[in-house]
Order: sequence, then C-alpha cells, then structure tokens
Amino acid sequence: MGVKDIVEDEELTFAEKMLSIKQVEGGGAKRAGEIVVVSVDLAAGQDGTSPLAIKVFREMGGDKVWDPSKVLLVIDHTYPSSSPQISNLHSLMRGFCREQGVRLVEGSIIHQVILEDYASPGMLIVGADSHTTTHGAVGAFATGIGSTELAAVWLEGNIWLKVPSTIRVNLSGNLPKGVYAKDIALYFVGHVGADGANYMSVEWRGETIKELSIASRATLCNMSMEAGAKNAVVEYDQVTEEYLRSVGRGPLMIVRSGFKASVEREIEVDCSKLEPMVAAPSRVDNVKPVTELEGTPIDQAFIGSCTNGRLEDLEVAAKILRGRKVKEGVRLIVTPASRRVYLEALRSGILETLIEAGATVTNPTCGACVGTHLGILGEGEVAISSSNRNFVGRMGHPSSKVYLASPATVAASAIKGVISDPRCFL
Amino acid sequence: MKCRIRGRVWKFGDDIDTDVIIPYKYKARTLDPKELAQHVMEGIDPDFSKKVKPGDVIVAGKNFGCGSSREQAPIAIKAAGISAVIAESFARIFFRNSINIGLPVLEVKGVSKLVDEGDEVEIDLAEGVIVDLTKGLTLKATPLPPKIREILEVGGLVNYLKKVRASHRS
Repeated sequence: MGVKDIVEDEELTFAEKMLSIKQVEGGGAKRAGEIVVVSVDLAAGQDGTSPLAIKVFREMGGDKVWDPSKVLLVIDHTYPSSSPQISNLHSLMRGFCREQGVRLVEGSIIHQVILEDYASPGMLIVGADSHTTTHGAVGAFATGIGSTELAAVWLEGNIWLKVPSTIRVNLSGNLPKGVYAKDIALYFVGHVGADGANYMSVEWRGETIKELSIASRATLCNMSMEAGAKNAVVEYDQVTEEYLRSVGRGPLMIVRSGFKASVEREIEVDCSKLEPMVAAPSRVDNVKPVTELEGTPIDQAFIGSCTNGRLEDLEVAAKILRGRKVKEGVRLIVTPASRRVYLEALRSGILETLIEAGATVTNPTCGACVGTHLGILGEGEVAISSSNRNFVGRMGHPSSKVYLASPATVAASAIKGVISDPRCFL
Repeated sequence: MKCRIRGRVWKFGDDIDTDVIIPYKYKARTLDPKELAQHVMEGIDPDFSKKVKPGDVIVAGKNFGCGSSREQAPIAIKAAGISAVIAESFARIFFRNSINIGLPVLEVKGVSKLVDEGDEVEIDLAEGVIVDLTKGLTLKATPLPPKIREILEVGGLVNYLKKVRASHRS
C-alpha cells in the first residue's frame, strides 16, 4: 500500500493516515491502538525543556543532531532571563545551537514561531512543549513530548507513537457577537473534561470552522491539549491555502480524514448558542458562561500566550479598550506572541490604543502565563487571563486564582475591574 | 531497575497537574533533581518532600500529571524518593516522561478507592501486580506493551538507546 493509497483511503482518520505515511520502515495503513515508529519533520524545544534535553543528549552519547535543518530551539519561557541561573541555561542553549548549526530564536513564543516559519500540512512535528498540538491549525500532525524524548529524536530523527483514536467535534452555526474560538475551546474542555480527549486525536470540523482564521484555529488546537489531546487538527481548506501563501510556504502533503473512518466519539456544537465562557479556578474544565461569574473582582488582566497572543487577539482587545481606561488598581498586561505580532500591532496602532487605555505592553515571552516573570500574582490575588491554564500556583503564589477567558472578556474585565461580559462593549 | 518495590502510600486526588507537582519557577532555574525534589507537590502539601521516605509510593486518581510537558515533574517525584506512581489513569506526556526516566508508572483501575494513605504496598513490576499488605488486597495493573517494558527494565530511554546503538555497532 503506497502513500497515495493511504492518503485516499476513506476508512482512515487524519491521525491514522499521517502516522501510517510517516512510518520509517513503511508497513502500510495502521489503525488506532497500533504502535509505529515515525520520522520527524521538525523537532522543537524551548528554554524550559531544551537544557535538560541537551544534558540527556550528551548522556546518550549524542554528538551531532540527525538533521540540523529540522531542529529548532526557542528561548521564550523566561525571555529575557530574570536570574543568573536561568541565564546560564540560556547560554547552554546558545552554545548547543552554535555547535550543532541549529536555528535558535530568542524572544518569540515557540508556537507562534512554528506557525509563522515552519508548520505546513502533512508535516510531523514534535515539540518539547505540551501546546505543540497548536500546529494542527494548518494541517500538521503535531504533538508534545518531554526532554529525554526530544534528545532521542535529535539523535535518531524518529519516535515511537501509538496511533491515537479520534474524537470529532462538528461546529455549526454562526458565532454570536462577543464569542470567539477561545469560547468554543473552553466550552469543549468543560464539556469533555480535563482528560476527555486524553491520548486522542481531536478533529475540528464543520461549517463554522470555514469562517475561522488560522489564528482562531490555532487557539482551538492549542486548547485541545487541555482536554489531554495527543494532537488536534483542522482540515486543509481555502483559509489554510491563503495563510500559507501569505507566509510563502506550500503544503508538504494534503491529508484529510476519511469520511468512512471510525471515530471513538463525535460531538456536535451549535456555536450560535454559545456565550462568552470562563474557566474558573483551579481547573481548566471548570467552565461557566461569563454571566455566572460577572462581578468577581480582579487584580490583574492578562492578554497573551501561545493560546491568545496573536494579532487578532490584540486587535479585539484594542477595539474594546479604544477611548476607555483600565480600572484604577487593576493591571492589564499585554504580551504579543512573537516579534512579528509585536511589530504588526505596533505599526497598526493597536499598541498605542492599548497603552493609552492603561495597558502595560511587554516583550514576547511566556512569562505571565507560566508564572516566571512580567506579571506574577501575589498572595490571594485574582487574575483573568487569555492563556491556557488556571492550575494552583500557575501564575504565581499558590493562593492566587486564575480565570481563563477570551481576549475580549479579559479586556472588558480590565475596564470594569471585575469579570465582565464583553458583549456590553461591542 | 528493582523488580520489587515496597513502600508506604501517599494519596492524591484526580487531575494532579504538573504545575502542582513542580512549579515552573523552580524548574526554570536548575537541572538538579535534588533541588527540584525539595519542592515536589508543594502546591498541595508544602512539607511533602520532608515527609517522604525512600521507597514510598504515590497512589492517585485519574489523569495524573496533566498539563505541561515538563519532564522535571517525574524527575522531582523520583528524586524525592518515590519509587512508583500508581493511578487510575495518567496524562500521556507525563506517562511517557516517567517511562523515559525510569520511574515506574502503573495504571490500576479502582486503586484510588481501594488503597488508603499509609498502607504498605508491595509491587512486582515484572508481573504488574500490587499487593496492599495492610489490607491483604491484590490488584493488577494494565499491562505495558513489550517495547515500553523494555525501556523501563533498563532504567529509561538513555540506557535503552545506548543498548540499541551498541547492538547496531556490533
């Protein structure tokens, strides 16, 4: 069975097709549950995971990475460094990249870098970062791994994976005013639970998907991880084609899920009935409509992260904050996801609007989301955040609390100083 | 790796995430397992690392290790002296990371209801059998695929790859 037969097989899911095609030693179509060894098109790591991978690579007897052009390292989790110890680990990464001839990006969030410069339909991407699932937004099979596993990929260029079963989410209906991809994602995680897609491939489908930008699709695929997904994907379409043209890339291979493929679960979501959603502390699946939480006082509002730090996210925040002010006593922190996003937001006047409203704009980093710097919460403080996790202590002190929402809901809440419905401002 | 483990049980609930197991602020600055171990589970029990004795076992509910891909989570657990984690189910990256660093992880349906904190348990890793010596109960773990067992048996992915590469050369 050749690659063409597998791609055209209507009985295979996206994940089954991708992992069958990428097998190192051929072997034909593989089904969910089977273990395969697949070749990797891109192996990425960040400063929270790469230093350990470098150490382990040496312990494995690693000398040269298998293909420097397929390796990417990014310093984003604490950029620029906030301590001498962290600086030392960054130096270790710089030295490794120089020695190996590997590209190092500093000061942009890893998943935004991959979306802008690498991800293509038909690519197999592994990243030592759980939110690597993001890149299904352009039709790649992308999954998160740990540091030792990353070192093994650097050494061998391949990885064993169990072919995941599939959960299909069919989106229908137009998104109401004030409701965005983040609200769909939060609704989904709340509906299936924090392990509702554990080990599974999430296929985002349906009419509504066609209306969503690549940035919005990235939000869906990114947040799929919060339900435990191994990968998530949106099928290649005109939006993908236009995006790829805008960044000057073409698809490696267009792979679509077969219409006769058997999936483990199918979920229908009527988007026209959705409201702005919020995940309350301290579980990602503790999701409620914003109307149930309105009036909850906040100390900090954060717009950024690999989930919602893209241009359209800053744009909607600016739309809401134009001519208005952040409530006195509340901090609004805005962190663009990459240098490119930063520059575009600067040139288009978005940052000016946000700063005039009282926002503090930081350089691109994972800082506030992951609780390392540029927006750490103190004892008992409360934040509303456009990021992806509200776990105990995630953004600072163990007694601080995080509510997750869309950039629009975060912006509206920053104005009122309490959790607020963005629909009042649109 | 030891095939038999005997230790005292520490219980945790469902969906224990990696931010609770080891907060980013600690893992950002060091690769030293001993330093990480001092902060393990700090978000739930600040004194946990002081109370653990070498050989002790964690028993938890579903989706243990969800969230971030940080391998420092199983590393901190292992370095604190925990010899195995038994849970109803595991999040996928945590599960792989544990196998890769040689921390035994066993999926046992019903374990969170049957075993209590402080119980003495004995684990036979080769057979996947857990005996609660305090209660006189025997439980069976979901069997691991052969390839994964091989990785665990040699103590993790580093040793496994060394072995595989050596056999390719000879």
